[in-house]
Amino acid sequence: MTGIPADRAAAPLRRGRGRGDRLFHSGVTAAGTVVVLVLLATVVFIVIKAWPAVSHYGPGSFLSSDRWAPSDAVANQADPNPYGILQFLYGTLVTSAIAMVIAVPVSIAVALTITDVAPQRLRRPLSALVDLLAAIPSVVYGIWGIFALIPALRPFGDWAATAFDGIPVLGTVFSGPFSGVSYFSAGVVLAIMVLPIVTAVCREVFATAPCAEKESAYALGATRTEMLRMAVLPRSRSGIVGASVLGLGRALGETIAVTMLIGDNVLSITRSVLGQGATMPSVIANEFTEANQPFHLSSLFVVAGCLLALALVVNALGRLIVRRTGENIA
Amino acid sequence: MTYGNRNPLDSLDPTAMKEPKMPPTAPPVDQQAAARFAPARLDVVDLTASYRGLPAVADVSLTIEPHRVTALIGPSGCGKSTLLRCLNGMHLMAPHATVTGQVLLGGTDIYDPRVNPIEIRRRVGMVFQRPTPFPTMSIRDNVLAGVHLGRRRGRGTHDDLVEQALMRAGLWKEVRNRLKAPGGGLSGGQQQRLCIARALAVEPEILLMDEPCSALDPISTLVIEDLIKEIRETCTVVIVTHNMQQAARVSDTTVFLNVEYAGVPGRLIEAGPTEQIFNAPQQRATEDYTSGRFG
Ligand SMILES: Nc1ncnc2c1ncn2[C@@H]1O[C@H](COP(=O)(O)OP(=O)(O)O)[C@@H](O)[C@H]1O
Ligand SMILES: [Mg+2]
Repeated sequence: MTGIPADRAAAPLRRGRGRGDRLFHSGVTAAGTVVVLVLLATVVFIVIKAWPAVSHYGPGSFLSSDRWAPSDAVANQADPNPYGILQFLYGTLVTSAIAMVIAVPVSIAVALTITDVAPQRLRRPLSALVDLLAAIPSVVYGIWGIFALIPALRPFGDWAATAFDGIPVLGTVFSGPFSGVSYFSAGVVLAIMVLPIVTAVCREVFATAPCAEKESAYALGATRTEMLRMAVLPRSRSGIVGASVLGLGRALGETIAVTMLIGDNVLSITRSVLGQGATMPSVIANEFTEANQPFHLSSLFVVAGCLLALALVVNALGRLIVRRTGENIA
Repeated sequence: MTYGNRNPLDSLDPTAMKEPKMPPTAPPVDQQAAARFAPARLDVVDLTASYRGLPAVADVSLTIEPHRVTALIGPSGCGKSTLLRCLNGMHLMAPHATVTGQVLLGGTDIYDPRVNPIEIRRRVGMVFQRPTPFPTMSIRDNVLAGVHLGRRRGRGTHDDLVEQALMRAGLWKEVRNRLKAPGGGLSGGQQQRLCIARALAVEPEILLMDEPCSALDPISTLVIEDLIKEIRETCTVVIVTHNMQQAARVSDTTVFLNVEYAGVPGRLIEAGPTEQIFNAPQQRATEDYTSGRFG
């Protein structure tokens, strides 16, 4: 420990606790150091493992192709790179986007129900029930998704596969046939999985809306809906963004349930959300045990590195947005 | 003393509150404004308001005349806020709150299940102890917050309405050049006047104010007191205050509530022209309170 003057001045006052204090202080310092070291070690380890593939094929070649064909890999041939990863990036972004589009509005509605709409005695049970959703293991969501959710989604999938034919963008996004396991099914399960965390954060945010402002809205003749729009939602904007980013963070990295539901199509980008694909986590989980081709395992580490970078960027961006909106309100 | 359970109005000359004995400060009602703004009178009949079955204020009967400023005074905890919130139905928004008795607005009981409580809250506006502008809204949007609700549309353009409401709240000159600025950037007194403007923009017949100056400095307090005397021309005012000088300064009628000890409901002790309550009270408790002997 460094003996800064202020410390020394205060020392006589706490002579009796000196040793305990010092122990506590070093304990905290050690724990903090360990966290930083683990993070650094992870990054360094991924870089080292990814290095052979990156130096062999060149860093740009991974992100300029959506063809993942390990069986075409030849040890002494660098072009073309058989390990294109664009389709995994696409899969991760599309499934997460579907999840957020569904989960954010539903979470806001559920959180408002819990804080302001449901009868007083139902609020706590409802809130506990939503928290319980977070306790369901990922693999259970996966198997439930396959045997319960996909059959339930089929009527909508089949309808959507033909309904938008000929319409420019929607026609492509929903081009058929609906294959059951698909981006869409994975996205819906992801939505359910991120719902508890987004709801929990929104609930906390909504609960901080001052009673006085709610009463002011009511006193102006607002209905409950109008009160929520006037006194609760506007001041919660940054909190909702924060909640969504936390949810997005979970969705980007979620592995097992998505792996079970997305169809594991690694060959190229499937544009339609009704078709099969793969995400960055799903390809790693599916292939790392049998990555026998030249540079195969190393290329999976490239995918892992990209996933880590994406997660960090999303988090940083989220924090930035939260800080900005926060300043606007204050 | 047995005043606790009696209806205090019984002991008053029944005409004292209604007809000729208006206090010398009676409002010079502007005839034109009166034609457009014709507040209904408010009769409280045997009102008891409870939280979780425990009455906080009991057996209150009282008439609130149009275009008058009525002050509710009394020691803390005697149920002034509770009574005030009964006058526009806001009391029932508290958890486990109930009322018995009637509050007749122009003869219609606001607690009749057939009456739309939202309509009542539009006719009977409210300003709270602490200023509560909506922080994400501009000054202009704050003023219009209530106007935009439901099907309600103001006469003329909204610019007119904003200017008019801010004028009536005595804030127009100070904010005319920054209507787009956030309402939270104003001083405390200005924020409170913004809240008054917001309540007035809906054109309520009656404005309820719960200690509107208790969070403000003395100068802002005086500004708002002057304002209250002007608002009276268009709108009935009921103000809760724990400041007796304030009650004496702004009100035409004063209502004194008292509570004997914590745990029993507060009751109406005496109501009448402010002059009389302060100079010739008929109840001993009123005299003790207004002369500062307790409370
Ligand atoms: N929301 C509430 N829930 C339960 N009791 C309340 C509530 N509000 C006020 N009370 C009780 O009602 C009584 C009157 O309170 P209040 O009307 O606030 O008095 P005042 O405004 O005169 O100080 C007090 O005893 C208080 O404890
Ligand atoms: Mg009070």
